[in-house]
Amino acid sequence: MTAMDELRAFAGQPLFGVSLTVAAYVAALWLNGRRRWLHPLFATTGAIIVLLLVCDIPYEQYRKGGDLITFFLGPTTVALAVPLYKAIQTMRRHLKAVAVGVTVGSAAGIAASGLVVWLLGGTREILLSMLPKSVTSPIAIEIAGQLGGTPQLAGVFTVLTGLLGSMFGPALLRLLRIRGDLAIGAAVGTAAHGIGTGRLVRESEAQAGISSMAMSLSGIITSVLCIPIYWWL
Amino acid sequence: MKGFAILLLFNLAGLAGHQLLHIPLPGNVLGMLLLLLSLLAGWVKLAWIEASAQFLLKHMLIFFAPTIVGVIVYFGQIGQQWLPIVANLFVSTAIVLALTGWVTAKLARGAEAGDSHG
Repeated sequence: MTAMDELRAFAGQPLFGVSLTVAAYVAALWLNGRRRWLHPLFATTGAIIVLLLVCDIPYEQYRKGGDLITFFLGPTTVALAVPLYKAIQTMRRHLKAVAVGVTVGSAAGIAASGLVVWLLGGTREILLSMLPKSVTSPIAIEIAGQLGGTPQLAGVFTVLTGLLGSMFGPALLRLLRIRGDLAIGAAVGTAAHGIGTGRLVRESEAQAGISSMAMSLSGIITSVLCIPIYWWL
Repeated sequence: MKGFAILLLFNLAGLAGHQLLHIPLPGNVLGMLLLLLSLLAGWVKLAWIEASAQFLLKHMLIFFAPTIVGVIVYFGQIGQQWLPIVANLFVSTAIVLALTGWVTAKLARGAEAGDSHG
């Protein structure tokens, strides 16, 4: 067994995936402190991907530790009830604006998604897997499966969408002069689900609250909007 | 630790609701809605869970990292169709952001003229 084989086998230790992820994340936070534009999640995943490719470590090996980290998404998603609760307390009279905004945005997202893939000659599999890409991955995976897309691909597209919206969402809104906690929270939560919300948490509790509301709402609304598409197909 | 236990309990309740009662929402999201309901009803006090929730939320991004790294498994499949995929990721995400933000801001301003809701 060569040293490389030994390294590859060792990477199957859950501690490897956990340590690598935590170390990359801490380094990414430090970098983000010096270079504001560098999104911590982009830096974390970029570093891990490069390391796995360079050392030729299969994802399946890394994943044994990675899954332990992913586990915490459960209680963390539940914890989003806290900023959501606070937002409902303070922004009660604006909830209708958020609900309408999220509904319009979700519907437009599904339509735009289908149109762009179709116009650029994407396959039916890609199209159906991309329709629910703005909602949180467990919901997207289920919707895509129902529509006849590929659940795994849908999961990939949602996390990429989330990362993109999380990285560029606030800047795009600033560019378009869309201001206010309500609008920013609603837009980022609807477009980029938990990954977008995870960024806002670091910046503003009020925006994070609206964002978690928007992401649960858009998950529900998108599931409902996809029912007629399912019948139509 | 009490807060973390409560969060896990609601997560578990959400998962049970999804898998055993077949409620068509993911267990995590269902757990969040149940906790929100309990907070609003006063069954759970904010102070019990706040510290644990804030810690998890502050570092929420790291919990997505392994899933995103998993994209490497699909590099080949994405590469064959990269144009519609990449274009759609950018275009429709921008549309959702802009439209949701614009409509929400417009309605909020209409509901309360002059409120900067900062």
